[in-house]
Amino acid sequence: MSSPTTIIGLEVHVQLQTQSKIFCGCSSAYNPTHPNAQTCPVCLGLPGSLPVMNRRAFELGVKTAIALNCDIAPFTKWDRKQYYYPDLPKGYQISQFDLPFSDDGFLEIDAPGDSGEKRRIGIIRAHLEEDAGKNMHDESGRGTDSQVDLNRAGTPLLEIVSQPDLRSPAEAKAYLEELKLLLTYLEVSDCNMQEGSLRCDANVNLHMEAEDGQKIATPIVEVKNLNSFRNVELALEYEVKRQLEQWQKTGQTLGEVAKETRGFDAARGVTFAQRGKEEASDYRYFPDPDLVPVTVSSAFLDQVRESLCEFPADRRKRMAVAYQLSDYDVRVIVDQGRAFANYFEEVAKLCSDGKQASNWVTQDVLREMNERRLTIDEFPIRAAVLGNLLERITKKQVTIKSAREVFVELLSELHSRTPISAHHIDQIIAEKGLALVTDTGELERVIGEVIAKNPKAVADFQSGKQAAVGALIGQVMKSVKGADPQKVRELVVAKLRG
Amino acid sequence: MSIIGATAGELLQRLERGDVSSVEATTAYLDAIALNDGRVKAFLHVDWDHAIAQARAIDEKRQRGESLGILGGLPVAVKDVVCTQGQPTTCASKMLKGFVPPYDAHVVTRLKTSDAVLIGKTNMDEFAMGSSTENSAYQVTRNPWDLERTPGGSSGGSAAAVAASMAPLALGTDTGGSIRLPAGYCGVVGMKPTYGRVSRFGLVAYGSSLDQIGPFANDVAGAALLLEALAGYDRRDSTSVDTPVPQYSRTVEEPLAGVRIGIAKEHFVSGLDREVESSVRAGLDVYKSLGAEIKEISLPHSKYAVAVYYIVAPSEASSNLARYDGVHYGHRAAQFDNMIDMYSASRGEGFGAEVKRRIMLGTYALSAGYYDAYYLKALKVRRLIRNDFDEAFKSVDVIASPVAPTPAFKIGELMDDPLAMYLSDIYTISANLAGLPGICLPAGFSRNNLPIGLQLLGPPFEEERLLRTARMFECETDFHKRRPTVE
Ligand SMILES: [Zn+2]
Repeated sequence: MSSPTTIIGLEVHVQLQTQSKIFCGCSSAYNPTHPNAQTCPVCLGLPGSLPVMNRRAFELGVKTAIALNCDIAPFTKWDRKQYYYPDLPKGYQISQFDLPFSDDGFLEIDAPGDSGEKRRIGIIRAHLEEDAGKNMHDESGRGTDSQVDLNRAGTPLLEIVSQPDLRSPAEAKAYLEELKLLLTYLEVSDCNMQEGSLRCDANVNLHMEAEDGQKIATPIVEVKNLNSFRNVELALEYEVKRQLEQWQKTGQTLGEVAKETRGFDAARGVTFAQRGKEEASDYRYFPDPDLVPVTVSSAFLDQVRESLCEFPADRRKRMAVAYQLSDYDVRVIVDQGRAFANYFEEVAKLCSDGKQASNWVTQDVLREMNERRLTIDEFPIRAAVLGNLLERITKKQVTIKSAREVFVELLSELHSRTPISAHHIDQIIAEKGLALVTDTGELERVIGEVIAKNPKAVADFQSGKQAAVGALIGQVMKSVKGADPQKVRELVVAKLRG
Repeated sequence: MSIIGATAGELLQRLERGDVSSVEATTAYLDAIALNDGRVKAFLHVDWDHAIAQARAIDEKRQRGESLGILGGLPVAVKDVVCTQGQPTTCASKMLKGFVPPYDAHVVTRLKTSDAVLIGKTNMDEFAMGSSTENSAYQVTRNPWDLERTPGGSSGGSAAAVAASMAPLALGTDTGGSIRLPAGYCGVVGMKPTYGRVSRFGLVAYGSSLDQIGPFANDVAGAALLLEALAGYDRRDSTSVDTPVPQYSRTVEEPLAGVRIGIAKEHFVSGLDREVESSVRAGLDVYKSLGAEIKEISLPHSKYAVAVYYIVAPSEASSNLARYDGVHYGHRAAQFDNMIDMYSASRGEGFGAEVKRRIMLGTYALSAGYYDAYYLKALKVRRLIRNDFDEAFKSVDVIASPVAPTPAFKIGELMDDPLAMYLSDIYTISANLAGLPGICLPAGFSRNNLPIGLQLLGPPFEEERLLRTARMFECETDFHKRRPTVE
């Protein structure tokens, strides 16, 4: 028996960031505190109401599909997917069945670990549909009526279905992370999993080869409604173990039992069998007669292509070369999102030192952002100001150590209410005497004084103890704060050697 | 001259001259409803005060010298499948008993901006499914020419209201003949516009790819006037077509020279009543005398029209009616055990037999394993039916035919024979499948004094041609001038 290969395919639902819903003018903003406030006859499914396609939603869908290297269909249509559920006011969901607007793409990801290997994950299709509402059941156990909030009903959703190309739970997580990064770079979705803007279902089974060469596949299980990337990974890890044990116990293989739908209990870390509403259902798809098919012109595609930004993978490659950064550093920067990478690039350009900029942005800035729970857009030291500060290092006007002091000072209470500008940098440098002292006359005077006061250290140095010079340098630096340590060392040594 | 029984055009002239106020006209029709509707049962809902208030507001506008919309104070009855804000809209179904829409259908907005007085909501077959208005959950409408007979359906209430002079104009909807058939049975003019000509926004859907709203009137000019008020693009209906609307009410009086009228050989076969056939042939002679050319054409796929319709329409209906589940609005059963049970009990109680029959037909046709054989096949044949018409309209301007195989049948006569009932739409259904405009006008009477209708079909968006052709006939005949005595 060969060791089993894990086969995973993911179905991701992403809410698109439009102002209004996909078939009516209601706001699609997340608003759980005012149930049913964002509704109209169309999204309530009232008799006589009709859907009208939101062109912006279609555009965002196409934008994403292009970024996922999909083919865009020249002709696409809307279908009704029919089932009964209280959160579905029309008794059908407007979706796309046999002619999705895009198919056959891929997303390139880095294989988990440090191998540096790239993996190309196939995308079967991406299609648009409307979201359902939300049922709110009585959790008290007193059996009062369930309630329905239709604020979410009609929110544009993009369903992205991957090929079963993922080979481990960690790879599934890496795919989701790369997909999320791409979607946020494209600004098509905020991918907020807490608010349900990104939802994931995972299909998983195992392939094995018996000693006689016979190929064995375990039954496919769909794990539904996974609400974090971590949970996707944990649920899949659990499933891999469970399916192997199950197979050893029962010998059941693919096709012998129906596809099973399971949920994930994050608290206990286990998946559990679910009786889904969709079990053995026939959705009776048919083309929605209320909506006209969409023909996609090449002019429209050109327009969408022009609106595309640089994709994360391309940006990593370009930045690594342009700023001479390590793969690790460039990944940290790009993976923080488009705004963060923009911030980095602005700083790097201003200070003309990519490595310096990378050190500051990935360490100092990121640390402070995390401690203060700020996004890069909220971070009080704007890129222009940090760039200005680092430029002073490049131009040897301040030391790195002094610049750190300025950075800390800039973030201190003193400046927290006013926009921080380069002017503040000047102020702090002046107040703290951090300007790099280039006047060697002044330096030599202090060095003379220090040598005079430390005959022992001088004697030690002259008897061959090189370390003794450190104490002398320290004392000089204490007196002349802005001194360049390199310069001080040169001068002290020269003086001692007489 | 009395208000009651006047044509819409005559009444509008008198309103414009100030001989009659809208309040007087509206009151006269409300009185007629009070007097006769106990026998005809055309109306489901009449809000006397609301109607008078609308009429008064229009009179005041006119007194202030403001310009009025083209319906200038005329009362209009509206089929109860069209949403009216603040007024009940039941679709003659128990399911929507007490349902009051929070918005107006596009056509209702058009009526209001055209300064019509909405006089009441008319009876119909439940959710527009039927050919006799017997499938109403509330009442059976009677044919004003013979109260023992059906007015036809599904817009039987609107047709009967106009025929019995309880409204000069009315709105109907036509999915398979639901305007033209009752117009024929009741001896009034009824028109189904091209699919996409009139917005469906606010029309409670039955067969979405077939449904169209259209006018009823007691003459062709009245139908032209009302269609002009209704037609036009509406961005809220994706299937509405943005093409200019002619001034039908003006051009209707202009006869067409040398009009070529097609006669389909498939339309004159067994099953066609002899009196109906001779009325239609007499009608063609009228056209011949006016210089028209009569040509035989062929519509080879028309024999499949009823079969195709009874797959397409119920399929769409099964989906359109899924929303009536007792969850958000409409009838909910009092007793149920769980969610699924609530759905089935609510729908089981809320829908009538014919609606359930069509939901089942449609659900079956769309089911996995049957879809290709039924729905998809039906769509293909539907395309062939349209191709037949496109071919025919290369050599003729309009196609004339009977509107129904017989005059109005007796109430109850076909209730136990759904298939025979379905065949009463055999001449009208093709126009819906092909999306074409059609008009039905009074063209004779049977020995029993029952009206016989003549149907004219035209190419897409040629409503104007149909109205002008129909008006030519009307000017030569006086079938449209006869009024029934309701007793
Ligand atoms: Zn809405």
